[in-house]
Amino acid sequence: MGIQGIDLSLIWGVIIAFGVMMYVIMDGFDLGLGILFPLIPDAKERDVMMNTVAPVWDGNETWLVLGGAALYGAFPLAYSVILEALYLPLILMLCGLIFRGVAFEFRFKASPEKRHIWDMAFIGGSLLATFSQGVVIGTYIVGIPVVERQFAGGSWDWLAPFPLFCGVGLIVAYALLGSTWLLVKTEGMLESRMRLFTRPLAWLLLAVIGVICVWTPILHPEIATRWFGHAHLVVFGALALLALLAMFGLLKTLRQRHTHWPFAFTLMLVFLGYIGLAFSIWPNILPPSISLWEAASPATSQLFILIGALFILPIILMYTVWSYYVFRGKVRIGDGYH
Amino acid sequence: MFNLEALDLARMQFAFTVSFHIIFPAITIGLASFLAVLEGLWLKTHNDTYRDLYHFWSKIFAVNFGMGVVSGLVMAYEFGTNWSRFSDFAGSITGPLLTYEVLTAFFLEAGFLGVMLFGWNRVGRGLHFFSTVMVAIGTLISTFWILASNSWMQTPQGFEIVDGRVMPLDWLAIVFNPSFPYRLAHMAIAAFVATAFFVGSSAAWHLLRGNDTKQVRKMLSMALWMALIVCPIQAVVGDAHGLNTLEHQPAKIAAIEGHWENNGSEATPLVLFGIPDMQAEKTKYAIEIPYLGSLILTHSLDKQIPALKSFPKEDRPNATIIFWSFRVMAGLGMLMVLAGVLGLALRRSGAIYRNRWFLRLMLWMGPSGLIAMLAGWITTEVGRQPWVVYGLQRTANAASNHSVTQLSISLALFVVIYFSVFTVGIGYMMKLVAKGPKSHHEHGPEGHNEQVITPRRPLSADTLETDARVI
Repeated sequence: MGIQGIDLSLIWGVIIAFGVMMYVIMDGFDLGLGILFPLIPDAKERDVMMNTVAPVWDGNETWLVLGGAALYGAFPLAYSVILEALYLPLILMLCGLIFRGVAFEFRFKASPEKRHIWDMAFIGGSLLATFSQGVVIGTYIVGIPVVERQFAGGSWDWLAPFPLFCGVGLIVAYALLGSTWLLVKTEGMLESRMRLFTRPLAWLLLAVIGVICVWTPILHPEIATRWFGHAHLVVFGALALLALLAMFGLLKTLRQRHTHWPFAFTLMLVFLGYIGLAFSIWPNILPPSISLWEAASPATSQLFILIGALFILPIILMYTVWSYYVFRGKVRIGDGYH
Repeated sequence: MFNLEALDLARMQFAFTVSFHIIFPAITIGLASFLAVLEGLWLKTHNDTYRDLYHFWSKIFAVNFGMGVVSGLVMAYEFGTNWSRFSDFAGSITGPLLTYEVLTAFFLEAGFLGVMLFGWNRVGRGLHFFSTVMVAIGTLISTFWILASNSWMQTPQGFEIVDGRVMPLDWLAIVFNPSFPYRLAHMAIAAFVATAFFVGSSAAWHLLRGNDTKQVRKMLSMALWMALIVCPIQAVVGDAHGLNTLEHQPAKIAAIEGHWENNGSEATPLVLFGIPDMQAEKTKYAIEIPYLGSLILTHSLDKQIPALKSFPKEDRPNATIIFWSFRVMAGLGMLMVLAGVLGLALRRSGAIYRNRWFLRLMLWMGPSGLIAMLAGWITTEVGRQPWVVYGLQRTANAASNHSVTQLSISLALFVVIYFSVFTVGIGYMMKLVAKGPKSHHEHGPEGHNEQVITPRRPLSADTLETDARVI
């Protein structure tokens, strides 16, 4: 389990959870822009939307690669089972991300007649990737049956009401991240339009979270016991309370026409949802029954990669902060980048 | 529970996606070093031709790098989605090696690549050169980890089997496994060779169209020097790699040679041409040269190499494929050595820049390095069969349990998407090549001034305002 009392599996569990959270938040608003694209038909405004994330989106996406590779290195059992169980949704997600990624580049290089093709690729890719990620999360929460270290469910297990609902729910969440991000980064008509979209999106997300909170314990008696057991009731009560506060803050600052606070409150909402999810399945890495320690690779493997990660991750984080700092401020029509 | 057809589809999918992917990193590795050399030469000689070439190739490098990132994302997930038994069995070794590769690539992209592509006017010359060198070294470190992983699958050591799974014992032994040094050298040099012929071919194209500038001449000249020096080294390294394979994977060598049985103590001939037939257990229409097989593979005139029939039928790799893929690689290798020598012979008179036959040869040989590299990978990967981890796990036991339907859907998706997306991307790269290097007077005293409208991402290193109709 550990070397000299260090719980390597725990450390890796936290690193991977952190990496995935970074991905969900940061690529969340990138993908959200693609989801909001159909609502903004004007080509110039679309340019502005894309330019708000142009300098950072591929750095954001790299957290997904890191998450996958770190899961492989530190928890090969979880990697092999989860990826096998979620084969088609993951392949569809990758296809969506390919289209979304190249659309970013080729859209600006395309001739005006062909630009709509890359707009379609951007919208379709973003929607497909987001929906697939939601399906992946939903299937993961429901639990992945494992017998003798092998996936024991069916190929189409993910094609069930709850995962599909999570797919739609994530589209709402990313759209809200996207719209509040644009409040920070844009001005004029585009900003007012986003202010208009944000309110219904926020209510929609609250509804989605509510449905998931009711549906999950019904599907999953273990989570129900956990949620409503007295030790955790406090934690989940606090999370729920904080979520309501965040929602209240979001709506209030939206009304007051703040530019930055709505985004901050949305981040808080997503963060609280993520923490709630993590607490629900803790300490399992493969719900319903396989823990971090059971899925871990040998201590020598985890230690071996930890050395590299401890050296490189802080540098990546510093660089990330720096590049957001460099590209701070509003993006205007006609602005390119910098 | 799972039939051969699904396994075949899974293998086709991996072969397809990895073959597409490897083209981009190979060019990335070669161009990164080329760029470091160009910038170094510019700083040393103050000859602006080097600087113009740096700006020209750095844009092509950037697009190519971006395509490598996009196609690489798929690879990081495919081990789990398609080869979950393998990931569970060997993940405690191959997983950490991949994690290191990703960390290295991430590290690179997070730091020096940005400075290299967008920092020309923002940092000092020394720091910029340092960034370029770090990117070049970084690509080689990435190669190091991926090749360590692949070589370990070919010649595993430094582990024990506990509960039916691999458990790492000694990381030094794992990384520096017996075939690793040969494979790493062979692949790194292959990337340099492929890039040299890509660069040379681009120069030849411009010269054939009458775009005879000092920059174009310089790049042809540099490509030919590179070919002249590196191609023969590659032949020597390849030979050593072959001997190493003979020692650790004799069945692979027997299949490459289409060599079915040893007659008495007769030396092994070299089968120049033939069609190995796995069912009939012989090589049809074989044209053999006596003794040459022994001479090449044992460096003697009497030692024999093991023959395919001495391995059980179920342990033999497909000789029909790798007999030919090996010959494609070796044949192109010889052709490339020849092109380098021809370049030297024609250099004195300056004919390399004028002789249209030679330029046409160089133009057509543009993809030869990449084709040889793919053929080489096919040889070593198909030659590893039927094992995924040599001698430890069979490929048939490595795959995820997916249905033919699922695999057909995903394979079809990948084929459609890769061809549509990467054709556009490669087409875009070719347009950049076709623009040709400009002298810095033409693109202004600041040289690289696209910061004005460009996001700081690899694919956007070229603005193409003037080129709105590219795609």
